[in-house]
Parts: sequence; C-alpha cells; structure tokens
Amino acid sequence: MTQDSPPSNIVRSPVPESWRTALGIRLLPEENVLACLEVDLDERLRFAPGLVALTEARLLAAGAAGEAWSEWPLGAGLSLLHHDHAGVGTVELRNTESRLGAWRYTLAQNLAALRLITQFEAQQHLLRTGVPPDPDGDNLCPTCKAPLPPDEDECPVCTRELHTPPSTWTLFRLWRFARPYEGQLLTGFLLMLGATAATLVSPYLYLPLMDEVLIPFQNGQHIAPTTVAWYLGGLLAAALVSWSLGWAKTYILALVSERISADMRTSTYEHLLHLSLEYFGGKRTGDLISRIGSESDRISVFLSLHALDFITDVLMIVMTAVILVSINPWLALVTLLPLPFIAWMIHLVRDRLRTGFEKIDRVWGEVTNVLSDTIPGIRVVKAFAQEQREVDRFREANRHNLQLNDRLNKTWSLFSPTVSFLTEVGLLVVWAFGIWQVSQHRVTVGTLTAFLAYIGRFYGRLDSMSRIVSVTQRAAAGAKRIFDILDHVSTVPEPLNPVQLPAVRGAIELRDVAFRYGNRSVIRGLSLTIHPGEMIGLVGHSGSGKSTLVNLICRFYDVSEGAIRVDGIDIRSLTVADYRRHIGLVLQEPFLFFGSIADNIAYGRPGASRAEIVAAARAAHAHEFILRLPQGYDSLVGERGQGLSGGERQRISIARALLIDPRMLILDEATSSVDTETEKEIQRALDNLVAGRTTIAIAHRLSTLRKADRLVVMDRGRIVEVGHHDELMERQGAYWRLYQAQLRTAESHLDD
Amino acid sequence: MTESRWQLQRDGFGRLVLTDADGVRHEGVVPVRSFPIAAPHEGIAVVSADGHELVWLERLADLPAQPRQLIEQELAGREFVPEIRRLAAVSSFATPSTWTVETDRGETRFVLRGEEDIRRLGPRMLMIADTHGIQYLVRDIKALDRVSRRLLDRFL
Ligand SMILES: Nc1ncnc2c1ncn2[C@@H]1O[C@H](COP(=O)(O)OP(=O)(O)OP(=O)(O)O)[C@@H](O)[C@H]1O
Ligand SMILES: [Mg+2]
Repeated sequence: MTQDSPPSNIVRSPVPESWRTALGIRLLPEENVLACLEVDLDERLRFAPGLVALTEARLLAAGAAGEAWSEWPLGAGLSLLHHDHAGVGTVELRNTESRLGAWRYTLAQNLAALRLITQFEAQQHLLRTGVPPDPDGDNLCPTCKAPLPPDEDECPVCTRELHTPPSTWTLFRLWRFARPYEGQLLTGFLLMLGATAATLVSPYLYLPLMDEVLIPFQNGQHIAPTTVAWYLGGLLAAALVSWSLGWAKTYILALVSERISADMRTSTYEHLLHLSLEYFGGKRTGDLISRIGSESDRISVFLSLHALDFITDVLMIVMTAVILVSINPWLALVTLLPLPFIAWMIHLVRDRLRTGFEKIDRVWGEVTNVLSDTIPGIRVVKAFAQEQREVDRFREANRHNLQLNDRLNKTWSLFSPTVSFLTEVGLLVVWAFGIWQVSQHRVTVGTLTAFLAYIGRFYGRLDSMSRIVSVTQRAAAGAKRIFDILDHVSTVPEPLNPVQLPAVRGAIELRDVAFRYGNRSVIRGLSLTIHPGEMIGLVGHSGSGKSTLVNLICRFYDVSEGAIRVDGIDIRSLTVADYRRHIGLVLQEPFLFFGSIADNIAYGRPGASRAEIVAAARAAHAHEFILRLPQGYDSLVGERGQGLSGGERQRISIARALLIDPRMLILDEATSSVDTETEKEIQRALDNLVAGRTTIAIAHRLSTLRKADRLVVMDRGRIVEVGHHDELMERQGAYWRLYQAQLRTAESHLDD
Repeated sequence: MTESRWQLQRDGFGRLVLTDADGVRHEGVVPVRSFPIAAPHEGIAVVSADGHELVWLERLADLPAQPRQLIEQELAGREFVPEIRRLAAVSSFATPSTWTVETDRGETRFVLRGEEDIRRLGPRMLMIADTHGIQYLVRDIKALDRVSRRLLDRFL
C-alpha cells in the first residue's frame, strides 16, 4: 500500500519540506493532502515540531520526528475546533462524546490552523452531502475573509511582512534628507576644499623662509626685503583666502544642516502621526518627545559642526600626507607611523562608546517619561500624597543616568589623553629622526621646520578627529532612534492600490471579525450587518468589547481575522484618511486641544464658518454654556480641556463630530457624564442628527437607546442578542437582565 | 486538610468540571493564578467558563492530591511563559530583531518588534513580548551567561 518514494501528489500540496518524506510514505495512492498545519508546541507546551494534515479521507497527525502517527477517518460527528489563550492556539478534534486529539501552536501558525479548519469543514460537508460546499461566493482568505486574487492562496492583506531590521549604517541614511540640498552641499564641499588647501599653504612657505632667508642670514648673508615681503605677503594672502572661504563654507553648510534636521523632525513627526494606535499604546510619551525633539537637534549639531570638522580634518590629513611625501618620503613615513595606532584605538573604543551613548539616550527617555507620567497625572499624585515617591522615582532615573554616564566617561576620559600622548610621542620621533637627518645633511633645516609645522596641524587634527568618535556615535544612536520611528510600518497600513470611496451610503458589514490586543483575544467571531441610516445601540457589560468594536470600525486597529466592509468595500482597501472623513466620533474620554473653543469645535473641518460652528454647538447643546464663559467661543481651554467640566467637554466633542456632517456617527458613551436633564436635551439634538446617518451608539444608561432601530447586546467579545427593545424585553435574555438590573438600581436610588 | 466542599473532575472532552458546594455542575472551569510571576503558588482562582470566580485557593499546596494534580495539569497546559535561559544569537541590535533563544521549553526563535517590548519587572527580571504576543521571561539577568548578558545589554 505504502510507497517507497513520496508520491507525486504530495509535491504540489501545502506540505512543508521537512515533512514531505515522512508524510508521503503514509499516503495512499491517489490520496492528496488538502491542508497542513505545522505545529510548534507539544502537549506540555514545549517547543517541538509536529504536523497535522488533512487528506480527502482522513486527518493525520504526528508529534516530533520518530513518534508514531495517529489518524482519524473523516466522518459524521467529527469536529475540529480552535481557540487561543496567551499566545498559544489549540486545535481540538472531537467527536460527539469526547476529545480525540489536541494540538498546540504559537500564533504564528494561526493562519495555517484556520485554513486547516476551513478545509476540514468543507471536506466533511462533501462527505456528508456528496456536494462540495457553496464556496461562499468567491475564493476567500481564511483569516480576513477578503477575496483572494485568482490563483493565489496568499492573501495580500494578511501577509504583510514587518520584520526587516533597519541597516546599521544609520547615519548614511540621513542622506535621504540631504538629497534636496545636493547643490548647496556640493558648493559647501568645494569651498571647504579651497579653505583647507589655503591653510596648508603657509607651512609650505616656512621652508623657503628658513632655507633662503634665515639660515643664509645666520651664515652672514643679507636679508633681501623684497623676497621676505613676497613670502610674508603670501602668508597673509593664504590666511585671508582661507578665512573667507571658511566663512562661506561654514555659513552655507550650517544653513543646510539646520534645514536637514528640520525636515527630519517634520517627517518623523508626520510618520509618527500616521502610525496606528497600537504603536502609541506601546510607547511612552516622554520617549517619543525626546526622540523627535532632542535627538534631531543633536543630529543637526553633529551635521553642522562635527561632521564638517571631520571632513575638513580628513581633507587636511590627506593633503598634508601628500605634501609631506612630496617633500621627503622618508621623513613622511616616520611622521605617519603613529597613525595606525590611533586608528586602532579609535576602532577599539568606538563600539563601546556607541552602545554607551545608546543607553544614555534611553535613560534620557526614562527621565522624560517620569515627567510625562507625573505632570498629566498630577491630581492623582497630590490626591494620594505621593509627591515624595515621584521625586524618588525621578531621582532614581537620574541616578541611573549618572551611573551610565560615569561608566562611559571612564572609557572616554582615557581616550583623549591617550591620543594626545601618542601625538607627543609622534612629534618626538619626528624631532629625533629629523635632527639625525639634518646632521647627515639629508634634509635642510627648512624642510624639518615645514614638517614640524605640518605635523603640528596634522596631529592636532587627529586629536579633534578622535573627538568625533563620540559625537558620531551619539548622533548615530540618535539617528537610529529616529529611524526606528521612520522604519516602523503602520499596523494599519495604507493600501497599495486604494479604492476610491464613492459617495458613502453607510452600510457597514462585519464578517466573522476577531480581534486581539497582543495575545489577548477581545472579540471573537462577530458578524453584524448595519443598514444605511440605521441606528444601532450597542450595550453590554463593561469590558465586553464595545469600544474595541468601535475602534475596529474606525480602523484605529485592523481586525485580526474577518473583515469589515463599508458599502461592500473592505475598509483595508481604502486610504485611512479618506475613510475616516466619513466618520464622526464622540469618544468615551473627550480630549480638547490647547486653543479656543471655536478651534476645538472646528477641529475636523478647519474651514468651517462661524455660523456653522455655532449651529453645531447649538445642536450639541453646548451653545448656552459656551456663552456663559467670559470669552464665549474665543475662550481658551487648557491642556486636556482643563477648566471645563466633563459634561461640557463631552458636548464640545459632540459638536466637533456633528460639524463634519459624517455619514456614519459613532457615539461611545457620548452622554455618560451629563446629568439626566442635559442628556435628554442632547438626546433630542442627537435624534435629529442621527436621522439619515448610520449611527452606532454605546450607552450604559439603556434608556438613552430607546430610539435605536436595533439593539446589539455584547458579552465577552461576542454578540449575544440583537433586536428591538420590546423584542428583547419579551425574550427575557441578556438585555432583559441588564435592563432589570438598571431598573432596580434606579428604584433603590429613588428610595434613598 | 481542607474538607473540600467542591469537587473537580475531568470529562471526556478534556475539560475540567467543578461541582460546587450546592451540587451545581460547572463545565469547562479554568484555574487561574493571580500572581503568575510574583507569587505563582499563592492565590489561585477557579473561574467558570464565563469568567466568574467559583473557588479561591489561598495556597495550592493546601489542597488534597487529586484536585491539586488536576489543577496543576491544567495550569501547565494553559500557561505559556517560556523562561529564557540563554540568548544564542540576535539578528541585529536594531529592532525589529530576530532572537534565537534557549528556554526552559526548548529552543526557539522570535521577533522582537521594539525595545519597549522588553519590560522590567524588577531590578533583575525582564518580560519580553514577541510579535505574536508570547511573553518570554528572564527571571534573573545576572544568572545568564556572559554572552547572553552582553547581547541583552544592548537592548536595555
Ligand atoms: N489597548 C488595550 N490593550 C489591551 N487590552 C485592552 C485594550 N483596550 C481594551 N482592552 C481590553 O479589551 C476588553 C474590551 O474593552 P473595551 O474598551 O472594548 O470595553 P467596553 O465594552 O467599551 O467597556 P466599557 O463599557 O467599560 O467602556 C477589556 O477587557 C479591556 O481590558
Ligand atoms: Mg468603552
């Protein structure tokens, strides 16, 4: 029955390479593998390979290599289930009485698991009824239910690879920002070349001054004033040229480097704002602020001062070396002797310094994080009298900073003096060798003087070049942290070929949606169709996933499985900004920006006229309280809207949502912090506005949702009931229980 | 020691079934540690499939052998926090970076998305989350070998 070599039918199946032979010999002739799941965990959750494979007639499974295979013929009563917890997925095979097998895998394998289950169900269906299942309209991706391109089973939406690390030559990547200034940079470079060359003229003039003027004079000859005047004039001219060229170059390059760093700051910020909420959820504010603020500044300083100096130094050294060799190769050789030593030292210290500086940057982030934690939360700090503890935390962060700096300075402080020492030694060698050569009449005193003048500069440069090590490493560390942001691909990516959203009707369709925050599964298998213009009331216990669902519909996060469509278009195929324009959102925690109330209302439509702003405020019942403020609509609200009450802030954010006149309106507890009277008013206003718009309203106070066309009751990430208030009351289910509970609390409040 | 007024069994589907003091059967109950890292052996709750607490155990050790074993088995099959014993290699010091590690559950590779996915739980303890949300624990940095420490240090 079994064959010796893998039959050909396995080759075009989805079986991973490492399992082909092992599985191949178990297959019957004409038996094909339909789907495969390579599991990576064993029963006891240890990392170990395993395989579950589905053929037309059976399910086969093997643990680690060498272990026995198990198999189950497909047939009635079998079902394949999957669930996941803490990053581990489980696929279970059951019949009606018991569990037959269970396989564990890390979520990296989730896609394959879902494919296996889909195929399994299709095959069971085929065996049961003799007809293949209706292929659900078209060829769909098992994870996101998005239609697959014909003849492909890789879903373009799901297989987005995010894991390519950035290259290490980070500083060179700054070129991307330098490119627009190519012309200026070239000019600057030429100027620099000229200026450096000009500074090298003067030591060259020492040579004839010595040999033709001073030494002949010592030997009793006359000093010729014209010759001296010529040479001195040459010195002056060289100094003047080098001064003016130096000035022009510094000016141009400083301008350019400021522009480069400003561009960099802006593009980093722009990129940052386009990243998904998930990114912000995982980052600390202080860290992001320090990256965009101080790191880009540091890079600017590096570019405008240190990098320039460095290039000048290199030019200088190269030119000097050329001149020295041309004057006297032997002397030049001796002079250049310490150079390799210094290069070696620089190399040695570089790595250590770089990691040190990276660490220091991170600690700086920590220090700012303490600040950005405490200052917004100052009321809590004071309320619980924890000032001292926060000070201690700050002191601790600072101490850590100091500690790292101290450790780094140990290396660093040794480095500079060592370079100076080597310089001195180098000079010593040149003196000794030079004197010997002069005594042998191989070189003139003038040559030696010129050499000493040159290498004075030369080594001076080496010294400052060694300094560049630290600033370069600092800048590289900063650049790396900036490119960390720039390289981050949004987990809510813009589609490559966005679909144009035509006039929106507002039909929302959720299809088998599942969602996880990290490994925490929050929404599971949720399907819902919302008709254009319908008002949906979303109710359920706290933590049941209502806000999460709204986040998904707004595409703040992308679904982990399933798909959300608006007017039949997958929202992942629309540009994010284009899509969000059609959504008005009032959040659970309203946020006001620093600025006037009018600005805040017009946030979503900066061009709105005053009349429109007032109309929106009126509709949100914010108009009157705004008028009571001393400066009316021009009143400034502070950070996070301090100075306004919770309810007032909420009404402003309602007005903000109304002003953009969206086709879809989402109200997440929009009326939670207003009193019942105001709520009724807002409710009346909302009633008008809701008309004709698709609305999803979340409310804990169920009475506010009376007007909803349908109520959707959620529990632990699933929809448990859907229907109108009266229907659901009749059914006496989850909604009824929620309602009764509220009624009781309302009564007990009245009794009090 | 404790007269258990409740009973625990495993059914054919591999699920735990708890019969409480009032004789009510709860299928598919789940034991949960309250402090899986700080105090894994204290404060274990048995919660029902819909997330309500049914039983609270101050210490697992106080239980008779039969339910204790069941609970321990179930915990072992649910908890997945591999403890990193050694860092064999990292693909780059810039994130995202692929780490090859030896853990108490065998060798594996994972992708670290950013440095902020490494969180300090104490002066020497780290929790590292990979791109799929699996949490890896480094219980004591000082207990790692030199090479691992040096690699890890670049990310801290
Ligand atoms: N950023 C996040 N990371 C991890 N888990 C989260 C995050 N946001 C919410 N959750 C979890 O997801 C679940 C659903 O949260 P969600 O905010 O959707 O609840 P909700 O139904 O809106 O509750 P409420 O009525 O209290 O506003 C909760 O268990 C919550 O702890
Ligand atoms: Mg909420």
